[in-house]
Amino acid sequence: MNKKAVVLRFPGTNCEFDSEYALKKLGWNVEIVWHKEEVLPKCDLVVVPGGFSYGDYLRSGSIARFAPIMKAVESYANEGGYVLGICNGFQILTEAGLLPGALKRNNNLHFISKMQHIKVVNNDNKFLQNCKIDEILNIPVAHADGNYYIDDAGLEELKKNNQILARYCNENGEPMVLNGSVEQIAGVCNKTKNVFGLMPHPERAIEEILSSIDGVKMLEGLSA
Amino acid sequence: MKAVVNVFLKEGVLDPQGKAAAHALGSLGFKGVNEVRIGKQIVIDLDATSKEEALKEVEQMSETLLANTVIEDYTIEIKE
Repeated sequence: MNKKAVVLRFPGTNCEFDSEYALKKLGWNVEIVWHKEEVLPKCDLVVVPGGFSYGDYLRSGSIARFAPIMKAVESYANEGGYVLGICNGFQILTEAGLLPGALKRNNNLHFISKMQHIKVVNNDNKFLQNCKIDEILNIPVAHADGNYYIDDAGLEELKKNNQILARYCNENGEPMVLNGSVEQIAGVCNKTKNVFGLMPHPERAIEEILSSIDGVKMLEGLSA
Repeated sequence: MKAVVNVFLKEGVLDPQGKAAAHALGSLGFKGVNEVRIGKQIVIDLDATSKEEALKEVEQMSETLLANTVIEDYTIEIKE
């Protein structure tokens, strides 16, 4: 039996079909679930996809995080279920308190949309288990609020528990400032390593024609 | 009753919009601008029997939704 992934959809979500396409390609059964649902179908993974839920009003993700389905996602995550937030999904998960830190406006105030190299920081988690530490991946980013912030104490915690997933870098793996994120952080996971969030879009890097297939390696970790 | 909530990025959290505005003011020839911080003002019209009750209610609103206390501070002013 194929594993089942649920992809959430809020008003303003625009990456649910890309996520569905990528997951199906990797052999998942996928169901897209509307934010007004209160019950999460039985599944092996919840994806909170990218987009502009509720028009990014107030703060990105701040209103979506109170959508009816999010209560069920919180319980699911607290019981150890796997949750992946991509871009706006990452913002929603930080707003919900399922991931530490917050995402601010990019320091150059631009909407940054391009292919971007990231370097794997930790792989002792299900998501990045197929990647090597320090491996350089090429994954597209597309965001205005990707400037990851966490205070010094929080940053120490992240490091101590191997919660930093990846950092922005140039093609040679040297650190580069993309959007002002603390220590160039591109993604993090929670302490129990079942909730993941990242700004880059692995679901958009799954075929050569998309100029990179590095997203497959990331997403396949969750299938294993 | 009206409540005015001002939300700003915390001291020490870089405000990219404020920085850009400060830079623009400098380019326009305004001198002596040390720093600009940009926040948002949220005005709420609400039913409440007393100022105290309104304050308590709006404090809860701010903590729950209006501010993200990981990066933002807020102030509340209640007007009759």
